[in-house]
Amino acid sequence: MSTTDAPAARPTVDDGFGQVTGRGDSVFRGLATASGYIIMLALAGVAIFLVLEGWPAIQATGEQAYGKDNIVLFVWPLVFGTLLAAVLSLLMAVPLAIGGALVISHYAPRPLAKTLGYLVDLLAAVPSVVYGLWGIGFLAPAILPSYQWLQDKLGWLPFFEGPALSGRTILTASIVLAIMVLPIVTAICREVFAQTPTMHQEAALALGATRWEMIRMTVFPYSRSGVVSAVMLGLGRALGETMAVAMVLSATGIVTFNLISTQNPSTIAANIALNFGNASGLKINVLIFSGLVLFVATFAVNFLGRWIARRGQVKG
Amino acid sequence: MTTPTINRPSGGDRASLPLTTPQLPPIAPALSAGLAVGVAVLAGLLLSWSVVGMAVLAWLLAMVFLPTWSLLLEGRRKAVDRLVTALVWSTFALAMLPLLSLIWQVVAKGAPALSVEFFTYSMRNVIGEGGGIYHAIVGTFLITGLATLISVPIGVLAAIYLVEYSSEGKVAKAVTFLVDVMTGIPSIVAGLFAFALFVLIFGPGIRMGFGGSIALSVLMIPIVVRATEEMLKLVPDELREASYALGVPKWRTIVKVVLPTALSGIVTGITLAIARVAGETAPLLIIAGSATSLNWNPFSERMATLPVFIFSSITEQGRYPEAQTERAWGAALVLIIIVMALNLIARLIGRVFAPKTGR
Repeated sequence: MSTTDAPAARPTVDDGFGQVTGRGDSVFRGLATASGYIIMLALAGVAIFLVLEGWPAIQATGEQAYGKDNIVLFVWPLVFGTLLAAVLSLLMAVPLAIGGALVISHYAPRPLAKTLGYLVDLLAAVPSVVYGLWGIGFLAPAILPSYQWLQDKLGWLPFFEGPALSGRTILTASIVLAIMVLPIVTAICREVFAQTPTMHQEAALALGATRWEMIRMTVFPYSRSGVVSAVMLGLGRALGETMAVAMVLSATGIVTFNLISTQNPSTIAANIALNFGNASGLKINVLIFSGLVLFVATFAVNFLGRWIARRGQVKG
Repeated sequence: MTTPTINRPSGGDRASLPLTTPQLPPIAPALSAGLAVGVAVLAGLLLSWSVVGMAVLAWLLAMVFLPTWSLLLEGRRKAVDRLVTALVWSTFALAMLPLLSLIWQVVAKGAPALSVEFFTYSMRNVIGEGGGIYHAIVGTFLITGLATLISVPIGVLAAIYLVEYSSEGKVAKAVTFLVDVMTGIPSIVAGLFAFALFVLIFGPGIRMGFGGSIALSVLMIPIVVRATEEMLKLVPDELREASYALGVPKWRTIVKVVLPTALSGIVTGITLAIARVAGETAPLLIIAGSATSLNWNPFSERMATLPVFIFSSITEQGRYPEAQTERAWGAALVLIIIVMALNLIARLIGRVFAPKTGR
């Protein structure tokens, strides 16, 4: 290192193009490159260690697989519950997110838009466990009357069969999930909407389009791939979110589309969080195996989402 | 400018074409909203509905009044535009409702739990009333601090590699893409990774605070890389070239010129990353476990943290559910204050020490 401390007496080789090679440079370059590789290693490590610890679960049966005959029968209801909760939450979150993003990018006056954007960031900053606490302590009791109303009026639909005796249902969990997914989808949509070329928008307005027609004709076509990738990333978040579901849902782990009954499907992440503390022996491997399934699913969803986003960018 | 009395031209006679089309007065949205609320409250009182029912009715009425008015006066296209504007604003309001409710609930239910004892006592040998979250606060600071110590050097150096050294090679593209994908790793998977790693090293059933730091680092590194990368890209190339021209080696250019220029942005990013992982629960639940007494050593035994404290207070209520629930809300208030303070600090740093890019 001493070679670079006194530039006047530096005995280094100068290649004549401003590039000075020296020991300090190679050390620093090595450190930076190593950090880049560490990130790749870490991601590979996550996959490898989960496989190593999850693999023994293949043989788990009976008591070790939480009373299921084999690992597939154990994981399937959890996968179902995870997908159900994620899809429900997206159905609620995506329209709200697109509307919210439009408000920030196109409807609100500039100074107000900044404040509103900050509010959305605040929504993202609230820790998930606090959402869970809010869900079980406030939302679940508060929403129970509307579930009873749904059961009374729409009970003929299989989704609202009931019995609506508790607010801690998969629907409540999905609502909490939707609130948690909302900020990330809103943030990405907002960025994509704001990138629409001003020329396109002004051209539409100059032709006499109303604001909504302008948005429909210029903003939406331009940002279609961006919105799709935002939804994918939101899906990834909803699939992996743990605490809100673990706290809000009173899960029995069955497979049903009945959204407001006392018998609810569980999700992979919530099931791990609730059972990991008491698990021992092969049960831990079983839970880690389900975590591996979750990892693969979210990785695929995120991969697809980012890939669509990249492709959209190149085209844009 | 509003001339609601003018009728649309009946065609043909060009000379009589008016220069303005009929428009609703600017207060029309407020007027129809007020009318809708009035009708809804009246109907609600007569039929003895709940407040929620009245609000829903008022909203529906407002969604009918304004577009209908507009349709009669301004035509179909304007009416659709007004309907969409109202819908878009209501989605935003609806999205903000949970935030308001959540903050209100946490403050109202958490504030009574706060006391000197709450901040200075652990839960050791406490049954029922009393006790505090001192041990959990200590645990959160230790684990998050260690995670920061691990993540910041790796994250910042990786970003330097991506921006300064890689020159957009294949490896750099792969790393950038993987960092993006890594931001989507579920936090519980990060916890399982740390657990699986530590089981292979230390044997089954291992729990320690440091494992939590490892898990949090997996979540934190991508955020730090992203933030640093963005900031380094903002540093103008003229600064680097000026430094090279003076014969300064590349690494000293980076350390003495590039990093200080981008410093405020990097610190903002790091602070936001800390705020993000300080509230993480799932990984700590898996690898750090929960504890009732104070533990200063992150390398042995279970360690309590604020998020896990909240979770276990709710899920393991025991014989004193009221005391447990009250403590959970108190801890939630403390956690939110910590996270919001970090966010605020990050924004202040970003604003006060704005990037000195010369633009």
